[in-house]
Amino acid sequence: MKRYSVFAIAREAMRYHTGWEKAWRSPAPKADYDVIIVGAGGHGLATAYYLGKNHGIRNVAVIEKGWLGGGNTGRNTTIIRSNYLQDPSAAIYDKALQLYETLSQDLNYNVMFSPRGLMMLAQTHHEVRGYLRTVHANQLQGVATRWITPQEVKKLVPIMNIDGPRYPVLGALYQERGGTARHDAVAWGYARACSGMGMDIIQNCEVTGVTSANGVVTGVETTQGRIGCRKLGMVVAGHSGQLAEMAGFRLPVESLALQALVSEPVKPCLDVVVMANTVHGYMSQSDKGELVIGGGTDGFNNFTQRGSFHHIEETLRALIETFPIISRMKMLRQWGGIVDMTGDRSPLISKTPLGNCFINCGWGTGGFKAIPGSGWAMAELVATGEPGPLAAAFNMWRFREGQFIDESVAAGVAH
Amino acid sequence: MLILQCPCCGVAADETELSPGGEAHLKRFGPGSTDEEFEGYMFARKNPRGVHFERWRHSYGCGKWFLAARNTATLEVYGTYPAQTPEPPAEIVERIRARVPEWRGWK
Repeated sequence: MKRYSVFAIAREAMRYHTGWEKAWRSPAPKADYDVIIVGAGGHGLATAYYLGKNHGIRNVAVIEKGWLGGGNTGRNTTIIRSNYLQDPSAAIYDKALQLYETLSQDLNYNVMFSPRGLMMLAQTHHEVRGYLRTVHANQLQGVATRWITPQEVKKLVPIMNIDGPRYPVLGALYQERGGTARHDAVAWGYARACSGMGMDIIQNCEVTGVTSANGVVTGVETTQGRIGCRKLGMVVAGHSGQLAEMAGFRLPVESLALQALVSEPVKPCLDVVVMANTVHGYMSQSDKGELVIGGGTDGFNNFTQRGSFHHIEETLRALIETFPIISRMKMLRQWGGIVDMTGDRSPLISKTPLGNCFINCGWGTGGFKAIPGSGWAMAELVATGEPGPLAAAFNMWRFREGQFIDESVAAGVAH
Repeated sequence: MLILQCPCCGVAADETELSPGGEAHLKRFGPGSTDEEFEGYMFARKNPRGVHFERWRHSYGCGKWFLAARNTATLEVYGTYPAQTPEPPAEIVERIRARVPEWRGWK
């Protein structure tokens, strides 16, 4: 794998850019691997990458039923933050944020991480108290966040109307290190690095069955034939329940549709990520100039990757009060992704009832920000067979024990 | 937009008028049950990609709960029926079998 650098650009400029090689190989599957990761989204590719980088396991295949990064990795609003209330969440999301800060250098691939600052608006007194509590929790966790006043909010985001009639801005939870990254580049960067380590990324290969012997996984049946493995990692978000059923166990996960939309591109007007949880809307401006807008999930089980118009209306109706400037903007594109929600809105990074089979799912509506930390923790689990300190609390048996990591209460909404 | 006919008041209501209530025909486990049973009832809900039976409430209409048979992969609705029905009515099951031959039954 040739390194990307300014010299590479100069070299290729001299020869009409004919020397660029493909970012990753697309090999036919081998008969057998040490580890198979199902799902070549951000979390799956990151798991494979850290398996190779941290644990020296490189005989790895990443299997994807569509194209890599084509699921939720390519469908989110690219927000990165770590201002969580519960300790296990803050630990893994902050690990992810720290890894994002140097990810472009680590992968030799520009993921366009932009720590532009992120604020979560408090628009009710209940939220004010909730976010003050989060600020205090974050201080104890060593995550730098602070409470800012409505005037400071206005200074950071001049286009915001802070004294709306229904939802005045009463302050905000502000994380300066938060921001956005280019979502596709995260998947592509990890894929290129994995391929560079000799791992096989196999696209258009759907898993149709999981084979096991004596309670230990032995491989997967796929549309490209049977592939053997000693360890299996399931990292497939919305379809985790279907994969778990093939492996013979049930998951505390339900799949819902979450949608997002972008506006026509406009000149720079918003250089902070703004989240407004009371009204279920969040917005940032992409480098292309589009306003990237996300809303809440549908409340019912849904596997269709599209949204519904009334959710768009609900989200925009609420945002227009806070951002009157967008009232005449045209929305260009809209799409949906299938998110896997657990009862406490926290993920599973866990051993399963099937031996040597591990699962990473349940990231719900906030998986993108966790990709590096999730991959780091999952790789440790797959490599050693036991969860490390980041993953331990996220085991799938916590529901039976009642040891929730309750972010649904902390965030007030799905997050 | 998802449209369900409320079996109580007969109105064909779209989803802005309705509140989803999760899996239908649950067997409830409470005090005295095992941990596995309670976890299965409380958290490990059915999450099929295909035919699904659900509870809904006509919250901005007559306010009554009812049940619906729906496909989560195609959004097709096979019918709605009163909440007091212990298992899916025969005509809805028949309609589902005709539309989804590979369906393995509601249990």
